[in-house]
Amino acid sequence: MSEKIRGKAIKFGNNVDTDVIIPGRYLVSIDPQELAKHAFEPLGPEVQKRLWSSQVVVAGTNVGCGSAREQAASCLIGSGIKAVVAKSFSRVFFRNCINTGLPAIECRDAAEAVGDGGEMSIDLDGGLIEAAGKSFRFAPYPQSLKQILDAGGLIPYLAKFVLPQQALKR
Amino acid sequence: MGKTFAEKALARAAGLNEVRPGEIADVYPDLYMSHMASWRCIRTMEKLGSDKLYDVDRVAMVMDHISPAQSAKTADDQRLCREFAKKHGVKKFYDVNAGIAHVVLTEEGFIRPGMVIIGTDSHTTIYGALGALGTGVGFSELTAAWVTGKLWMKVPESLKVTIDGPLAPGTSSKDVMLKLIGELTADGATYLSVEFHGSYTEGLSVSDRMTLCNLAMELGAKNGFVRPDNTTRKYLARRGVNPDHYDEIHPDADAAYVKTVALDGRKLVPQIACPHAVDNVKPIDQVAGKKVDQVFIGSCANAKYEDLVEAARILKGRKVATGVRLLVSPASKEIVARTVADGTYAVFLEAGALLTNPGCSACAGDGGAMADGEVTLSTANRNFQGRMGSYKAEIYLGSPAVAAATAVTGVITDPREFL
Ligand code: SF4
Repeated sequence: MSEKIRGKAIKFGNNVDTDVIIPGRYLVSIDPQELAKHAFEPLGPEVQKRLWSSQVVVAGTNVGCGSAREQAASCLIGSGIKAVVAKSFSRVFFRNCINTGLPAIECRDAAEAVGDGGEMSIDLDGGLIEAAGKSFRFAPYPQSLKQILDAGGLIPYLAKFVLPQQALKR
Repeated sequence: MGKTFAEKALARAAGLNEVRPGEIADVYPDLYMSHMASWRCIRTMEKLGSDKLYDVDRVAMVMDHISPAQSAKTADDQRLCREFAKKHGVKKFYDVNAGIAHVVLTEEGFIRPGMVIIGTDSHTTIYGALGALGTGVGFSELTAAWVTGKLWMKVPESLKVTIDGPLAPGTSSKDVMLKLIGELTADGATYLSVEFHGSYTEGLSVSDRMTLCNLAMELGAKNGFVRPDNTTRKYLARRGVNPDHYDEIHPDADAAYVKTVALDGRKLVPQIACPHAVDNVKPIDQVAGKKVDQVFIGSCANAKYEDLVEAARILKGRKVATGVRLLVSPASKEIVARTVADGTYAVFLEAGALLTNPGCSACAGDGGAMADGEVTLSTANRNFQGRMGSYKAEIYLGSPAVAAATAVTGVITDPREFL
Protein backbone atom coordinates (compact mmCIF):
# COMPACT_ATOMS: atom_id res chain seq x y z
CA MET A 1 0.00 0.00 0.00
CA SER A 2 2.78 2.40 0.82
CA GLU A 3 3.82 4.96 -1.77
CA LYS A 4 7.37 6.01 -2.29
CA ILE A 5 8.92 8.37 0.21
CA ARG A 6 10.64 11.25 -1.55
CA GLY A 7 12.58 14.19 -0.26
CA LYS A 8 15.71 15.88 0.89
CA ALA A 9 18.23 14.24 3.20
CA ILE A 10 19.90 15.72 6.26
CA LYS A 11 23.05 13.81 7.08
CA PHE A 12 24.65 13.03 10.43
CA GLY A 13 27.67 11.01 11.53
CA ASN A 14 28.04 7.95 13.78
CA ASN A 15 26.62 7.44 17.29
CA VAL A 16 24.03 10.21 17.20
CA ASP A 17 22.59 9.83 20.70
CA THR A 18 19.02 10.44 21.84
CA ASP A 19 20.10 13.20 24.25
CA VAL A 20 21.17 15.14 21.16
CA ILE A 21 18.06 14.21 19.16
CA ILE A 22 15.77 15.38 21.95
CA PRO A 23 17.26 16.64 25.25
CA GLY A 24 15.81 15.11 28.43
CA ARG A 25 14.45 18.44 29.65
CA TYR A 26 11.76 18.38 26.93
CA LEU A 27 10.43 14.91 27.69
CA VAL A 28 7.59 16.47 29.68
CA SER A 29 5.81 16.60 26.33
CA ILE A 30 4.65 13.77 24.08
CA ASP A 31 3.29 16.07 21.38
CA PRO A 32 5.35 15.54 18.19
CA GLN A 33 4.84 19.16 17.05
CA GLU A 34 5.96 20.58 20.38
CA LEU A 35 8.93 18.18 20.55
CA ALA A 36 9.95 19.08 17.00
CA LYS A 37 10.84 22.60 18.17
CA HIS A 38 13.62 21.13 20.28
CA ALA A 39 14.78 18.29 18.02
CA PHE A 40 18.58 18.43 17.61
CA GLU A 41 18.68 21.61 19.69
CA PRO A 42 22.17 20.83 21.09
CA LEU A 43 23.53 21.08 17.55
CA GLY A 44 22.25 24.64 17.14
CA PRO A 45 19.58 26.53 15.15
CA GLU A 46 21.25 26.03 11.75
CA VAL A 47 20.97 22.25 12.00
CA GLN A 48 17.42 22.54 13.30
CA LYS A 49 16.37 24.71 10.36
CA ARG A 50 17.78 22.18 7.90
CA LEU A 51 16.04 19.35 9.78
CA TRP A 52 12.66 21.02 9.48
CA SER A 53 13.05 21.39 5.72
CA SER A 54 14.26 17.81 5.20
CA GLN A 55 12.26 14.61 4.76
CA VAL A 56 14.86 11.91 5.43
CA VAL A 57 17.39 11.66 8.24
CA VAL A 58 20.54 9.87 7.10
CA ALA A 59 23.09 8.74 9.66
CA GLY A 60 26.10 6.52 10.19
CA THR A 61 26.37 3.64 12.63
CA ASN A 62 24.49 3.23 15.93
CA VAL A 63 22.04 6.06 15.36
CA GLY A 64 19.75 6.71 18.33
CA CYS A 65 22.04 5.23 20.96
CA GLY A 66 21.46 6.07 24.60
CA SER A 67 18.21 6.64 26.42
CA ALA A 68 15.08 4.65 25.48
CA ARG A 69 13.04 7.84 25.05
CA GLU A 70 10.38 7.27 22.40
CA GLN A 71 10.26 11.01 21.77
CA ALA A 72 13.52 10.67 19.81
CA ALA A 73 11.39 9.11 17.08
CA SER A 74 8.25 11.21 17.52
CA CYS A 75 10.14 14.53 17.49
CA LEU A 76 11.41 13.58 14.03
CA ILE A 77 7.88 12.82 12.88
CA GLY A 78 6.84 16.23 14.19
CA SER A 79 9.72 17.74 12.23
CA GLY A 80 8.30 16.35 9.00
CA ILE A 81 10.75 13.48 8.68
CA LYS A 82 9.33 10.52 6.75
CA ALA A 83 12.13 7.96 7.16
CA VAL A 84 15.50 7.36 8.80
CA VAL A 85 18.21 5.66 6.76
CA ALA A 86 21.36 4.61 8.60
CA LYS A 87 24.31 2.27 8.48
CA SER A 88 23.04 0.76 11.72
CA PHE A 89 20.56 1.54 14.49
CA SER A 90 20.65 1.25 18.24
CA ARG A 91 18.00 -1.33 18.99
CA VAL A 92 15.65 0.71 21.18
CA PHE A 93 15.62 3.58 18.69
CA PHE A 94 14.89 1.15 15.86
CA ARG A 95 11.94 -0.23 17.83
CA ASN A 96 10.72 3.24 18.71
CA CYS A 97 10.79 4.30 15.06
CA ILE A 98 8.74 1.31 13.91
CA ASN A 99 6.37 1.58 16.84
CA THR A 100 5.68 5.27 16.20
CA GLY A 101 5.22 4.61 12.48
CA LEU A 102 8.51 6.05 11.23
CA PRO A 103 10.29 3.74 8.75
CA ALA A 104 13.81 2.95 9.94
CA ILE A 105 15.97 1.49 7.19
CA GLU A 106 19.32 -0.11 7.60
CA CYS A 107 21.24 0.39 4.36
CA ARG A 108 24.94 0.93 4.67
CA ASP A 109 25.67 1.83 1.05
CA ALA A 110 22.85 4.34 0.71
CA ALA A 111 23.76 6.01 4.00
CA GLU A 112 27.30 6.31 2.69
CA ALA A 113 26.43 7.60 -0.77
CA VAL A 114 23.77 10.20 -0.03
CA GLY A 115 25.13 13.68 0.45
CA ASP A 116 23.85 16.23 2.94
CA GLY A 117 20.87 17.94 1.30
CA GLY A 118 20.71 15.30 -1.46
CA GLU A 119 17.40 14.15 -2.92
CA MET A 120 16.36 10.56 -2.39
CA SER A 121 13.42 8.27 -2.92
CA ILE A 122 12.59 5.18 -0.91
CA ASP A 123 10.36 2.30 -1.92
CA LEU A 124 9.55 0.45 1.29
CA ASP A 125 7.73 -2.49 -0.25
CA GLY A 126 10.28 -2.95 -2.99
CA GLY A 127 13.27 -2.49 -0.68
CA LEU A 128 14.84 0.09 -2.96
CA ILE A 129 16.48 3.44 -2.34
CA GLU A 130 17.37 5.78 -5.18
CA ALA A 131 19.85 8.52 -4.42
CA ALA A 132 22.96 10.16 -5.85
CA GLY A 133 22.09 8.69 -9.26
CA LYS A 134 22.32 5.12 -7.99
CA SER A 135 20.00 2.47 -6.57
CA PHE A 136 20.48 0.60 -3.33
CA ARG A 137 18.70 -2.49 -2.07
CA PHE A 138 17.62 -3.23 1.48
CA ALA A 139 15.67 -6.10 3.01
CA PRO A 140 11.97 -5.15 3.16
CA TYR A 141 10.28 -5.48 6.55
CA PRO A 142 8.84 -8.80 7.68
CA GLN A 143 5.04 -8.82 7.50
CA SER A 144 4.57 -8.32 11.26
CA LEU A 145 6.53 -5.06 11.32
CA LYS A 146 5.06 -3.93 8.02
CA GLN A 147 1.55 -4.12 9.49
CA ILE A 148 2.60 -1.90 12.39
CA LEU A 149 4.18 0.65 10.06
CA ASP A 150 1.20 0.65 7.71
CA ALA A 151 -1.15 1.29 10.60
CA GLY A 152 0.97 4.30 11.59
CA GLY A 153 2.60 2.72 14.64
CA LEU A 154 2.03 0.14 17.36
CA ILE A 155 -0.80 1.92 19.16
CA PRO A 156 -2.97 2.56 16.11
CA TYR A 157 -2.17 -1.00 15.04
CA LEU A 158 -3.42 -2.39 18.34
CA ALA A 159 -6.50 -0.18 18.25
CA LYS A 160 -7.35 -1.36 14.76
CA PHE A 161 -6.49 -5.04 14.80
CA VAL A 162 -5.63 -6.51 18.17
CA LEU A 163 -8.04 -4.98 20.67
CA PRO A 164 -11.21 -5.58 18.62
CA GLN A 165 -10.24 -9.28 18.48
CA GLN A 166 -9.62 -9.40 22.21
CA ALA A 167 -13.01 -7.82 22.81
CA LEU A 168 -14.61 -10.53 20.69
CA LYS A 169 -12.92 -13.27 22.68
CA ARG A 170 -13.95 -11.91 26.06
CA MET B 1 24.17 -27.19 19.03
CA GLY B 2 23.54 -25.74 22.48
CA LYS B 3 21.58 -22.63 23.31
CA THR B 4 22.46 -19.26 24.75
CA PHE B 5 20.73 -17.71 27.72
CA ALA B 6 18.68 -15.35 25.54
CA GLU B 7 17.49 -18.13 23.23
CA LYS B 8 16.24 -20.14 26.20
CA ALA B 9 14.70 -17.22 28.07
CA LEU B 10 12.80 -15.86 25.07
CA ALA B 11 11.60 -19.31 24.02
CA ARG B 12 10.15 -19.82 27.47
CA ALA B 13 8.48 -16.39 27.55
CA ALA B 14 7.06 -16.98 24.08
CA GLY B 15 5.74 -20.42 25.04
CA LEU B 16 7.81 -22.10 22.32
CA ASN B 17 10.12 -25.09 22.39
CA GLU B 18 12.88 -23.15 20.77
CA VAL B 19 13.62 -19.90 19.00
CA ARG B 20 16.52 -19.00 16.73
CA PRO B 21 18.50 -15.77 16.52
CA GLY B 22 16.91 -13.39 14.04
CA GLU B 23 13.45 -14.84 14.55
CA ILE B 24 10.71 -12.44 15.67
CA ALA B 25 8.63 -13.91 18.47
CA ASP B 26 5.61 -12.73 20.43
CA VAL B 27 6.93 -12.71 23.96
CA TYR B 28 4.92 -12.51 27.19
CA PRO B 29 7.15 -10.63 29.66
CA ASP B 30 6.93 -11.48 33.36
CA LEU B 31 7.23 -7.88 34.52
CA TYR B 32 6.60 -4.48 32.95
CA MET B 33 8.56 -1.70 34.61
CA SER B 34 7.71 1.91 33.96
CA HIS B 35 9.24 4.95 35.66
CA MET B 36 8.50 8.60 35.08
CA ALA B 37 7.23 7.54 31.65
CA SER B 38 4.26 5.82 33.33
CA TRP B 39 2.00 8.81 32.71
CA ARG B 40 2.75 8.58 29.00
CA CYS B 41 1.67 4.93 29.07
CA ILE B 42 -1.53 5.90 30.87
CA ARG B 43 -2.31 8.60 28.30
CA THR B 44 -1.53 6.16 25.49
CA MET B 45 -3.84 3.59 27.03
CA GLU B 46 -6.60 6.21 27.16
CA LYS B 47 -6.00 7.01 23.52
CA LEU B 48 -6.28 3.33 22.77
CA GLY B 49 -9.70 3.38 24.41
CA SER B 50 -8.76 0.51 26.71
CA ASP B 51 -9.25 0.29 30.45
CA LYS B 52 -8.24 -3.25 31.22
CA LEU B 53 -4.75 -4.46 32.14
CA TYR B 54 -3.64 -7.87 30.94
CA ASP B 55 -2.16 -8.75 34.34
CA VAL B 56 -1.95 -6.08 37.02
CA ASP B 57 0.55 -8.12 39.04
CA ARG B 58 3.12 -7.76 36.26
CA VAL B 59 2.87 -3.97 36.36
CA ALA B 60 5.56 -2.17 38.37
CA MET B 61 5.72 1.63 38.57
CA VAL B 62 8.37 3.69 40.27
CA MET B 63 8.25 7.49 40.33
CA ASP B 64 11.94 8.11 39.73
CA HIS B 65 13.77 10.44 37.30
CA ILE B 66 12.18 13.61 38.66
CA SER B 67 11.48 13.10 42.33
CA PRO B 68 9.99 14.97 44.03
CA ALA B 69 8.17 16.89 41.30
CA GLN B 70 9.81 20.17 40.32
CA SER B 71 6.98 21.69 38.33
CA ALA B 72 3.20 21.70 38.36
CA LYS B 73 3.28 19.62 35.16
CA THR B 74 5.40 16.86 36.71
CA ALA B 75 3.26 16.93 39.85
CA ASP B 76 0.21 16.46 37.68
CA ASP B 77 1.81 13.56 35.81
CA GLN B 78 2.72 11.87 39.07
CA ARG B 79 -0.77 12.35 40.43
CA LEU B 80 -2.11 10.67 37.30
CA CYS B 81 0.12 7.64 38.03
CA ARG B 82 -0.90 7.49 41.68
CA GLU B 83 -4.57 7.57 40.79
CA PHE B 84 -4.11 4.97 38.06
CA ALA B 85 -2.27 2.66 40.46
CA LYS B 86 -5.03 3.02 43.02
CA LYS B 87 -7.84 2.50 40.56
CA HIS B 88 -6.31 -0.60 38.99
CA GLY B 89 -4.89 -1.99 42.21
CA VAL B 90 -1.23 -1.86 41.12
CA LYS B 91 0.54 -3.26 44.17
CA LYS B 92 4.06 -2.72 42.84
CA PHE B 93 3.71 1.05 42.91
CA TYR B 94 6.54 3.08 44.45
CA ASP B 95 6.26 6.80 44.99
CA VAL B 96 8.84 9.63 44.83
CA ASN B 97 10.48 8.60 48.11
CA ALA B 98 11.57 5.14 46.94
CA GLY B 99 14.59 5.70 44.70
CA ILE B 100 15.72 4.49 41.27
CA ALA B 101 13.33 1.94 39.78
CA HIS B 102 15.96 -0.65 38.85
CA VAL B 103 17.46 -0.73 42.30
CA VAL B 104 14.13 -0.56 44.14
CA LEU B 105 12.59 -3.46 42.20
CA THR B 106 15.72 -5.55 42.70
CA GLU B 107 15.72 -4.88 46.45
CA GLU B 108 12.02 -5.73 46.66
CA GLY B 109 12.69 -9.21 45.29
CA PHE B 110 10.65 -8.75 42.10
CA ILE B 111 13.58 -9.55 39.83
CA ARG B 112 14.19 -13.27 39.60
CA PRO B 113 16.31 -15.63 37.52
CA GLY B 114 14.79 -16.69 34.22
CA MET B 115 12.29 -13.83 33.98
CA VAL B 116 11.82 -11.67 30.91
CA ILE B 117 11.37 -8.04 31.96
CA ILE B 118 10.67 -4.99 29.84
CA GLY B 119 11.09 -1.43 31.07
CA THR B 120 10.67 2.08 29.71
CA ASP B 121 14.33 2.64 30.37
CA SER B 122 17.35 1.61 28.39
CA HIS B 123 19.23 0.39 31.48
CA THR B 124 16.63 -2.31 32.05
CA THR B 125 19.55 -4.55 31.02
CA ILE B 126 20.56 -4.34 34.70
CA TYR B 127 18.22 -7.22 35.63
CA GLY B 128 20.66 -9.66 34.08
CA ALA B 129 22.50 -9.30 37.40
CA LEU B 130 20.02 -11.80 38.85
CA GLY B 131 19.90 -13.99 35.75
CA ALA B 132 16.83 -12.31 34.20
CA LEU B 133 16.50 -10.96 30.68
CA GLY B 134 15.79 -7.24 31.01
CA THR B 135 15.46 -4.97 28.01
CA GLY B 136 14.41 -1.39 27.34
CA VAL B 137 11.36 -0.45 25.28
CA GLY B 138 9.47 2.72 24.41
CA PHE B 139 6.34 3.81 26.25
CA SER B 140 3.98 2.76 23.43
CA GLU B 141 5.42 -0.75 23.63
CA LEU B 142 5.04 -0.88 27.35
CA THR B 143 1.44 0.20 26.99
CA ALA B 144 0.93 -2.54 24.43
CA ALA B 145 2.20 -5.07 26.99
CA TRP B 146 -0.05 -3.63 29.70
CA VAL B 147 -3.07 -4.20 27.49
CA THR B 148 -2.22 -7.32 25.48
CA GLY B 149 0.41 -8.96 27.69
CA LYS B 150 2.78 -9.43 24.79
CA LEU B 151 5.34 -7.72 22.63
CA TRP B 152 7.29 -8.58 19.47
CA MET B 153 10.94 -9.27 20.10
CA LYS B 154 13.75 -10.22 17.83
CA VAL B 155 15.78 -13.09 19.22
CA PRO B 156 19.33 -11.73 19.59
CA GLU B 157 22.62 -13.34 18.86
CA SER B 158 24.96 -13.41 21.83
CA LEU B 159 28.34 -12.04 22.83
CA LYS B 160 30.39 -13.93 25.38
CA VAL B 161 32.64 -11.83 27.59
CA THR B 162 35.08 -13.72 29.74
CA ILE B 163 36.58 -11.74 32.59
CA ASP B 164 39.39 -13.20 34.61
CA GLY B 165 39.93 -11.99 38.14
CA PRO B 166 40.65 -10.97 40.77
CA LEU B 167 40.72 -7.34 39.67
CA ALA B 168 43.84 -5.26 40.16
CA PRO B 169 43.77 -3.08 43.31
CA GLY B 170 41.98 0.25 42.88
CA THR B 171 39.74 -1.04 40.08
CA SER B 172 36.11 -2.18 40.09
CA SER B 173 33.27 -3.48 37.96
CA LYS B 174 32.92 0.06 36.56
CA ASP B 175 36.48 -0.01 35.24
CA VAL B 176 35.86 -3.44 33.71
CA MET B 177 32.90 -2.06 31.78
CA LEU B 178 34.52 1.20 30.72
CA LYS B 179 37.51 -0.74 29.43
CA LEU B 180 35.20 -3.07 27.51
CA ILE B 181 33.14 -0.20 26.08
CA GLY B 182 36.30 1.60 25.02
CA GLU B 183 37.52 -1.50 23.22
CA LEU B 184 34.29 -2.69 21.64
CA THR B 185 32.81 0.84 21.11
CA ALA B 186 29.30 2.08 21.79
CA ASP B 187 27.79 -0.22 19.20
CA GLY B 188 30.06 -3.19 19.87
CA ALA B 189 27.10 -5.26 21.05
CA THR B 190 24.15 -3.68 19.23
CA TYR B 191 21.15 -6.07 19.28
CA LEU B 192 23.26 -8.63 21.15
CA SER B 193 22.69 -10.45 24.39
CA VAL B 194 25.88 -9.97 26.42
CA GLU B 195 26.79 -12.87 28.70
CA PHE B 196 29.46 -12.29 31.33
CA HIS B 197 31.53 -15.34 32.16
CA GLY B 198 34.92 -16.00 33.72
CA SER B 199 36.43 -16.39 37.17
CA TYR B 200 35.74 -12.75 38.06
CA THR B 201 31.98 -13.25 37.79
CA GLU B 202 31.85 -16.35 39.99
CA GLY B 203 30.66 -15.40 43.45
CA LEU B 204 30.70 -11.73 42.45
CA SER B 205 28.48 -9.44 44.54
CA VAL B 206 25.04 -8.66 43.13
CA SER B 207 25.95 -4.96 43.27
CA ASP B 208 28.90 -5.49 40.90
CA ARG B 209 26.79 -7.70 38.66
CA MET B 210 24.30 -4.84 38.44
CA THR B 211 27.06 -2.49 37.30
CA LEU B 212 28.18 -4.97 34.61
CA CYS B 213 24.69 -5.51 33.22
CA ASN B 214 23.69 -1.86 33.55
CA LEU B 215 26.64 -0.71 31.47
CA ALA B 216 26.13 -3.48 28.91
CA MET B 217 23.55 -1.04 27.57
CA GLU B 218 26.35 1.33 26.64
CA LEU B 219 27.65 -1.35 24.28
CA GLY B 220 24.26 -1.25 22.57
CA ALA B 221 23.20 -4.57 24.08
CA LYS B 222 19.67 -5.89 24.16
CA ASN B 223 20.34 -7.38 27.57
CA GLY B 224 23.11 -8.44 29.93
CA PHE B 225 23.49 -11.66 31.88
CA VAL B 226 25.49 -13.11 34.72
CA ARG B 227 24.89 -16.74 35.50
CA PRO B 228 23.00 -17.25 38.79
CA ASP B 229 25.01 -18.97 41.51
CA ASN B 230 25.00 -19.28 45.27
CA THR B 231 25.63 -15.56 45.68
CA THR B 232 22.48 -14.90 43.65
CA ARG B 233 20.44 -17.44 45.58
CA LYS B 234 21.57 -16.07 48.93
CA TYR B 235 20.79 -12.51 47.88
CA LEU B 236 17.30 -13.56 46.85
CA ALA B 237 16.73 -15.63 49.97
CA ARG B 238 17.55 -12.61 52.13
CA ARG B 239 14.81 -10.79 50.24
CA GLY B 240 12.30 -13.54 50.88
CA VAL B 241 12.60 -15.17 47.47
CA ASN B 242 13.27 -18.89 47.65
CA PRO B 243 14.38 -21.20 44.83
CA ASP B 244 10.85 -22.54 44.34
CA HIS B 245 9.84 -18.99 43.32
CA TYR B 246 12.00 -19.07 40.20
CA ASP B 247 13.46 -21.24 37.50
CA GLU B 248 17.08 -20.49 36.65
CA ILE B 249 18.22 -20.47 33.05
CA HIS B 250 21.83 -21.28 32.18
CA PRO B 251 23.41 -21.14 28.74
CA ASP B 252 24.67 -24.46 27.36
CA ALA B 253 28.42 -25.05 27.33
CA ASP B 254 28.30 -25.50 23.54
CA ALA B 255 26.06 -22.49 22.84
CA ALA B 256 26.88 -20.49 19.71
CA TYR B 257 28.20 -16.95 20.15
CA VAL B 258 28.77 -14.44 17.36
CA LYS B 259 31.74 -13.09 19.20
CA THR B 260 33.80 -13.86 22.27
CA VAL B 261 35.95 -11.36 24.10
CA ALA B 262 38.36 -11.85 26.96
CA LEU B 263 39.41 -9.28 29.52
CA ASP B 264 42.16 -9.77 32.07
CA GLY B 265 41.00 -8.04 35.26
CA ARG B 266 44.34 -8.63 36.95
CA LYS B 267 45.96 -6.12 34.61
CA LEU B 268 43.19 -3.52 34.76
CA VAL B 269 43.85 0.14 35.66
CA PRO B 270 41.16 2.74 36.49
CA GLN B 271 39.38 3.95 33.35
CA ILE B 272 37.70 7.25 32.48
CA ALA B 273 35.07 7.88 29.78
CA CYS B 274 35.73 11.35 28.38
CA PRO B 275 33.22 13.80 26.86
CA HIS B 276 30.83 13.37 25.05
CA ALA B 277 30.71 9.62 24.42
CA VAL B 278 30.80 6.63 26.73
CA ASP B 279 33.22 4.84 24.42
CA ASN B 280 35.76 7.69 24.49
CA VAL B 281 37.64 5.80 27.19
CA LYS B 282 41.17 6.48 28.42
CA PRO B 283 43.29 4.96 31.16
CA ILE B 284 43.29 7.36 34.08
CA ASP B 285 46.89 8.52 33.72
CA GLN B 286 45.94 10.25 30.46
CA VAL B 287 43.23 12.32 32.12
CA ALA B 288 44.53 12.73 35.66
CA GLY B 289 44.97 16.35 36.70
CA LYS B 290 41.91 17.63 34.80
CA LYS B 291 40.22 20.23 37.02
CA VAL B 292 36.60 19.56 37.99
CA ASP B 293 33.82 21.78 39.36
CA GLN B 294 31.52 19.01 40.50
CA VAL B 295 31.64 15.34 41.43
CA PHE B 296 28.47 13.26 41.24
CA ILE B 297 28.17 9.94 43.01
CA GLY B 298 24.84 8.61 41.87
CA SER B 299 22.78 6.64 39.30
CA CYS B 300 21.65 3.06 38.89
CA ALA B 301 25.17 2.20 37.71
CA ASN B 302 27.04 3.28 40.83
CA ALA B 303 25.06 4.56 43.82
CA LYS B 304 24.32 1.23 45.43
CA TYR B 305 25.27 0.54 49.02
CA GLU B 306 28.60 -1.07 48.12
CA ASP B 307 29.48 1.86 45.83
CA LEU B 308 28.86 4.40 48.59
CA VAL B 309 30.91 2.39 51.07
CA GLU B 310 33.75 2.27 48.55
CA ALA B 311 33.68 6.05 48.06
CA ALA B 312 33.40 6.68 51.81
CA ARG B 313 36.52 4.62 52.44
CA ILE B 314 38.53 7.29 50.62
CA LEU B 315 36.54 10.27 51.94
CA LYS B 316 36.78 9.23 55.57
CA GLY B 317 38.71 11.83 57.55
CA ARG B 318 39.18 13.97 54.44
CA LYS B 319 37.46 17.06 53.02
CA VAL B 320 36.06 17.86 49.61
CA ALA B 321 38.45 20.28 47.85
CA THR B 322 37.56 23.97 48.13
CA GLY B 323 35.40 25.13 45.24
CA VAL B 324 34.27 21.62 44.32
CA ARG B 325 30.67 20.47 44.79
CA LEU B 326 30.26 16.82 45.76
CA LEU B 327 26.75 15.54 45.12
CA VAL B 328 25.79 12.16 46.54
CA SER B 329 22.46 10.61 45.55
CA PRO B 330 21.93 7.16 47.05
CA ALA B 331 20.03 4.86 44.68
CA SER B 332 17.25 3.91 47.08
CA LYS B 333 15.57 4.61 50.39
CA GLU B 334 16.91 1.34 51.74
CA ILE B 335 20.46 2.41 50.89
CA VAL B 336 19.96 5.72 52.71
CA ALA B 337 18.83 3.80 55.78
CA ARG B 338 21.77 1.39 55.63
CA THR B 339 24.35 4.15 55.20
CA VAL B 340 22.82 6.15 58.02
CA ALA B 341 22.93 3.09 60.28
CA ASP B 342 26.56 2.17 59.62
CA GLY B 343 28.03 5.70 59.63
CA THR B 344 28.76 5.94 55.89
CA TYR B 345 26.25 8.77 55.58
CA ALA B 346 28.06 10.75 58.28
CA VAL B 347 31.39 10.33 56.44
CA PHE B 348 29.90 12.08 53.41
CA LEU B 349 28.40 14.85 55.54
CA GLU B 350 31.65 15.47 57.38
CA ALA B 351 33.61 15.52 54.14
CA GLY B 352 31.35 18.34 52.94
CA ALA B 353 29.13 16.47 50.48
CA LEU B 354 25.62 17.46 49.55
CA LEU B 355 23.38 14.42 50.02
CA THR B 356 20.16 14.40 48.03
CA ASN B 357 17.05 12.28 48.33
CA PRO B 358 17.32 8.86 46.66
CA GLY B 359 16.55 8.83 42.94
CA CYS B 360 18.05 9.49 39.53
CA SER B 361 18.98 13.01 40.56
CA ALA B 362 21.67 14.66 38.42
CA CYS B 363 21.87 11.60 36.14
CA ALA B 364 18.43 12.50 34.80
CA GLY B 365 19.22 16.22 34.83
CA ASP B 366 17.12 16.53 37.99
CA GLY B 367 19.37 18.98 39.84
CA GLY B 368 23.15 19.15 39.67
CA ALA B 369 23.15 21.17 36.44
CA MET B 370 26.40 22.70 35.19
CA ALA B 371 27.09 26.18 33.82
CA ASP B 372 28.91 26.77 30.49
CA GLY B 373 32.44 25.44 30.58
CA GLU B 374 32.06 23.48 33.81
CA VAL B 375 33.30 19.92 34.34
CA THR B 376 31.75 17.04 36.31
CA LEU B 377 33.28 13.70 37.20
CA SER B 378 30.32 11.35 37.52
CA THR B 379 29.78 7.72 38.49
CA ALA B 380 26.76 7.52 36.17
CA ASN B 381 26.61 5.67 32.86
CA ARG B 382 26.25 8.49 30.32
CA ASN B 383 28.25 11.59 29.47
CA PHE B 384 26.30 12.87 26.48
CA GLN B 385 26.39 16.55 25.66
CA GLY B 386 23.81 18.53 27.61
CA ARG B 387 22.82 15.69 29.93
CA MET B 388 23.72 17.78 33.00
CA GLY B 389 22.81 21.37 32.24
CA SER B 390 24.76 23.41 29.69
CA TYR B 391 25.48 22.00 26.25
CA LYS B 392 28.92 23.55 26.76
CA ALA B 393 29.73 21.57 29.91
CA GLU B 394 31.72 18.34 30.11
CA ILE B 395 31.02 15.03 31.87
CA TYR B 396 33.74 12.46 32.66
CA LEU B 397 32.70 9.03 33.92
CA GLY B 398 34.57 6.91 36.43
CA SER B 399 34.22 4.52 39.36
CA PRO B 400 33.06 5.52 42.87
CA ALA B 401 36.69 5.33 44.03
CA VAL B 402 37.81 7.70 41.27
CA ALA B 403 34.93 10.03 42.19
CA ALA B 404 35.92 10.12 45.85
CA ALA B 405 39.61 10.69 45.12
CA THR B 406 38.70 13.42 42.63
CA ALA B 407 36.39 15.16 45.11
CA VAL B 408 39.24 15.34 47.63
CA THR B 409 41.84 16.76 45.26
CA GLY B 410 39.63 18.80 42.89
CA VAL B 411 41.27 17.25 39.83
CA ILE B 412 40.68 13.83 38.23
CA THR B 413 42.71 11.55 40.45
CA ASP B 414 43.85 7.95 40.42
CA PRO B 415 42.29 6.31 43.51
CA ARG B 416 45.36 4.12 43.91
CA GLU B 417 47.04 7.19 45.41
CA PHE B 418 44.73 6.72 48.38
CA LEU B 419 45.14 2.97 48.86
S1 SF4 C 1 19.89 6.74 37.34
FE1 SF4 C 1 20.29 7.62 35.34
S2 SF4 C 1 20.61 5.89 33.98
FE2 SF4 C 1 19.65 5.11 35.85
S3 SF4 C 1 17.46 5.06 35.41
FE3 SF4 C 1 17.91 7.03 36.38
S4 SF4 C 1 18.30 8.47 34.70
FE4 SF4 C 1 18.43 6.38 33.85
